[in-house]
Amino acid sequence: MFTKILIANRGEIACRIIRTARDLGIRTVAVYSDADRRALHVDMADEAVHIGPAPSRESYLQASKILAAAKQTGAEAIHPGYGFLSENADFSRACKAQSLVFIGPPAPAIEAMGSKAAAKTIMAAAKVPLVPGYHGADQAAAVLRQHADTMGYPVLLKATAGGGGKGMRQVWEAGEFEAALAAAKREAANSFGNDEMLVEKYLTQPRHVEIQVFCDRHGNAVYLFERDCSIQRRHQKVIEEAPAPGLSQELRAAMGEAAVRAARAIDYEGAGTVEFLLDRDGAFYFMEMNTRLQVEHPITEMITGQDLVAWQLRVAAGETLPLAQDQLRIHGHAFEARVYAEDPHNDFLPVTGPLLFLQPPDSSPHVRIDSGVRQGDEVSVYYDPMIAKLVVWDEDRDRARQRLAKALQEYRIGGLTTNLDFLYNLATCPPFRDAELDTGFIEKHHAVIFHDSRYDLGRDLPLAAVYLVLEQAQSAARNARASTDPWSPWHATDAWRLNEAHLHRFSLSLHEQQHDIAVEQLATGAGNRYLIRCGGGTYHAEGSLQGNTLRVTIDGYQTRATVAPHDDSFTLYTQDRALQFKRVTPDYGEDVEQGDGGGLTAPMNGTIVTLLAAAGSRVEKDDPLLVLEAMKMEHTIRAPGAGEVVEFYFQPGQLVDGGATLVDFKATVDE
Amino acid sequence: MAQLKSKVNPQSSDFTANAEHMRAQVDDLKDKLAQIKQGGGDKAQAKHTGRGKLLPRARIDALLDPGSAFLELSQLAAWDVYDDYVPAAGVIAGIGRVAGQECMVVANDATVKGGSYYPLTVKKHLRAQAIAEQNHLPCIYLVDSGGANLPRQDEVFPDREHFGRIFFNQANLSAQNIPQIAVVMGSCTAGGAYVPAMADESIIVREQGTIFLGGPPLVKAATGEIVTAEELGGADVHCRTSGVADHYAQNDHHALKLARQSIARLNRVKPVHCDLATPQPPRYKSEEIYGVVPKDTRQPYDVREIIARVVDASEFDEFKALFGTTLVCGFARIFGYPVGVVANNGILFGESAQKGAHFIELCAQRKIPLVFLQNITGFMVGRQYEAEGIAKHGAKMVTAVACARVPKFTVLIGGSFGAGNYGMCGRAYDPRFLFMWPNARISVMGGEQAAGVLAQVKRDQFEARGEKWSEAEETRFKQPIVDTYEHQGHPYYASARLWDDGVIDPADTRDVLGLAISASLNRPLEETRFGVFRM
Repeated sequence: MFTKILIANRGEIACRIIRTARDLGIRTVAVYSDADRRALHVDMADEAVHIGPAPSRESYLQASKILAAAKQTGAEAIHPGYGFLSENADFSRACKAQSLVFIGPPAPAIEAMGSKAAAKTIMAAAKVPLVPGYHGADQAAAVLRQHADTMGYPVLLKATAGGGGKGMRQVWEAGEFEAALAAAKREAANSFGNDEMLVEKYLTQPRHVEIQVFCDRHGNAVYLFERDCSIQRRHQKVIEEAPAPGLSQELRAAMGEAAVRAARAIDYEGAGTVEFLLDRDGAFYFMEMNTRLQVEHPITEMITGQDLVAWQLRVAAGETLPLAQDQLRIHGHAFEARVYAEDPHNDFLPVTGPLLFLQPPDSSPHVRIDSGVRQGDEVSVYYDPMIAKLVVWDEDRDRARQRLAKALQEYRIGGLTTNLDFLYNLATCPPFRDAELDTGFIEKHHAVIFHDSRYDLGRDLPLAAVYLVLEQAQSAARNARASTDPWSPWHATDAWRLNEAHLHRFSLSLHEQQHDIAVEQLATGAGNRYLIRCGGGTYHAEGSLQGNTLRVTIDGYQTRATVAPHDDSFTLYTQDRALQFKRVTPDYGEDVEQGDGGGLTAPMNGTIVTLLAAAGSRVEKDDPLLVLEAMKMEHTIRAPGAGEVVEFYFQPGQLVDGGATLVDFKATVDE
Repeated sequence: MAQLKSKVNPQSSDFTANAEHMRAQVDDLKDKLAQIKQGGGDKAQAKHTGRGKLLPRARIDALLDPGSAFLELSQLAAWDVYDDYVPAAGVIAGIGRVAGQECMVVANDATVKGGSYYPLTVKKHLRAQAIAEQNHLPCIYLVDSGGANLPRQDEVFPDREHFGRIFFNQANLSAQNIPQIAVVMGSCTAGGAYVPAMADESIIVREQGTIFLGGPPLVKAATGEIVTAEELGGADVHCRTSGVADHYAQNDHHALKLARQSIARLNRVKPVHCDLATPQPPRYKSEEIYGVVPKDTRQPYDVREIIARVVDASEFDEFKALFGTTLVCGFARIFGYPVGVVANNGILFGESAQKGAHFIELCAQRKIPLVFLQNITGFMVGRQYEAEGIAKHGAKMVTAVACARVPKFTVLIGGSFGAGNYGMCGRAYDPRFLFMWPNARISVMGGEQAAGVLAQVKRDQFEARGEKWSEAEETRFKQPIVDTYEHQGHPYYASARLWDDGVIDPADTRDVLGLAISASLNRPLEETRFGVFRM
């Protein structure tokens, strides 16, 4: 076994690998970019080497820097994790050339699966089922028709030269074939100057079921059963589970054996995943093979009781597989939910920012959190915005699903938008409960997943109101302690008024809706009591705030919440929901006093795409000045008024931080 | 410290009857104030807010620190005084916290007669400035006023304590480094223009605030020049050209934010040099005061029952408890601040007055603020007492009260009659604050006594002429006098004329005193030099 390995990755997977290495008594070396100087994986490793600036192409993708780091620290092997260099055959080869063990398959195996067309040929030879299709040169309509009839409808007609959906037709029944073919050919001819067609079986509601395989260099190969990853959005997995619900033993064995055949066909070594599309009729077809450890490997670990990273290390060290096929069993059911900094209500756009508050559910034999971040860390624009993988296990699917829902409820993240609510809705919706899985699940059940019924204004607003009053008192108490007159009644924040009710007024927005709240202070001190008026209701409340724990009784109903305060907003995590409130500040008007000069700033981290005005030129109000690309969207920065562009501080291609001044702009002052 | 033990039984029928009686008076007070708080009424308010302006109370709420108390002064000013309805005399004044500092806020209510200055508006504004001066409180003027009330110019313009005194005060307050901040949120015409002009810093709201010596009509009449108010004295003119205003605000909220910023930059530290302690609530509920005070004002009761419901932990170390027992003196704390309490427990005798003078001297020497709980029909009269020198003993107490430079706070909890008012730190003795309970009465003597004295004089005249004056005629003669005294001695009448700083709910006495004492400590405690005591 190795004495020291280098982990050429970051985030949760780097932490995950370090944990197993530690268990096995292996020393670890982390690598890090500028952005990860204080990251968790750097802290956890025994040693860490800086490998460059934040963008991954200048750091985590720099094979030479990583190899140099391994040499410098005396690491014997490199674990690439997933992503980055994990499926880079050249890197695997370079490791070998420098006498370093690449913890993963040999370069030819990576290359064999790297080309989809080549992979299909190899798989066909190994009798791994492929999606039926006709790719022949004989383009006679009757021939094409006959192949379609043989594979069964629906089928897909595709232009061989095609792309972008041009020259493509779905054919649902034999009677439609001729007309569809003619139309597709015409379109292909017009678009590509080539009307050659291929015919493929069209799967209407396939599931994504993948098989975990493992091979050693002594000719042993096993499969560690399947994972169902059908819950996807735009080809990104959202919730995975193992085993796949409703899979018969026979089908499981058939798919497992096919996957092992696929691995053997390319002389595979280490951990790999063979992805299949599973049709409703039980037929399955090879999609691709991932020659690395998958993100969702923990669910396989949970149901098999094996540590896949430990397996990888053993295999890479030349040992045999720890277990044979007949020693592997499925025990219970596991789910993994990927917790992301993203906005499900805004097309899942990634969100960046500081994790001001992070309180995952407690870990237990049933709940596992794989994360690479801590409270206070930043989800940056440079890397994948995944915050954690929440993995749960229980005896059967239904219990495991309940654990998943509960853990999602208890997961508390403040400071940025996450997909936690979306995941919760997904995990608790009836079709998911009933395991009606297919890759179109999220689109199909959009309405039930994107509902916002989990808040109840009559309960949530009074809770927020009590928090605001108590928080005000708490911050005033802090100021009081620092004053020369620490017990002055003027420090009190009970809105005391002479001969009239003591009223607090707040405006809050929740789900983009503004709410005005009046809180009358009925008693102060230990027995804080309030009469709250909001949203047309009246509520009697009492409460206390200790640290970030809020205890409130509203009309006799006692509840507790955790509070995560941010600058002008706060999140209340109640037993079953996260409520993000924004304080509505009064309209202070447009500040023209300062509007006669100064710069324009970047709305968020991003890259300058293009400058649209020349330095020194005069522009009118709303004229575009430059375009910034951030979070996969382009933002146009416009002139706030008529004036002169004095200087641009950045050039196209440069990265800018959110808040950075981009332009020196001199407004024309009206006389 | 000794703890006061209440002997009052809250279950007794007397207590319940007393409480009901007091509650009725408190409810009446609150009803009147609820009406007063409506300012110029719905129509005027709608017109005001329709212009994008905040109502004066909303301005104050936005100006103050979140949750800050606001110790409003003279809420009843001008109540039932003029033929015109001028609630709160058209100006709201009080102390509140801004950026952590107790400040005097004076806000015109433009919904009340355009915010114009009636005689009592002037008096209220000047009183607010006097409180600011005595307690070193920064002043924030939220200006929105048409200036002096022209039909009453003779009562607001020419005299020493008239309109001009506002600016005299601004200059002299500023000279004592008591900051003067003006926020121009409406018109500021003629004399009013001097509020921002005399301020240390001034803020003006664009398209709302205007400052000019002569408005557009006057300019047109005088020179024929036609000019809009905004062109003549708007924010742009004064921030960019004239320099009359310093800060340009986009709207009311922005202006108030700028005012808060100004206060935050004052570099003031409250000079509290007192032996402070952690405040403790009284052992007995403040609300019980309702049941403690007898319905019948002539019925005596132990003032310690009140003290027990005002001071920290109901702890009270009495001074000379066995001497001059009609005046209760002792040391206590209110919200942790040390105080000397001087409270009436009956008529003042020579001994009580000497004891009071002694105790006041002690507190002045030790720089302990004094709280007077006034319930006094007067000094004892009669041959024996005059012969024992009640006048000179009374004079000692009056001298002590007049000269004591420690902060003094007076609450009229019952009667306030005759020279008792002087010895117990009445308005003329410059208490920092003076408040009345709704059951209190104030006059030179009781209505009955006054009617009796006047009837006696009348009877003497009749008898000198050898005429008869029947009992029935005497009763007919006395009744209007009693009625007049009752009317003019009522707290509303007093408060309307600013003889006090407000009528308060007895249950709020502790809160009001705590806020007032704390505010008063913004001015460093001073040494006292007493006048000659007649021995």
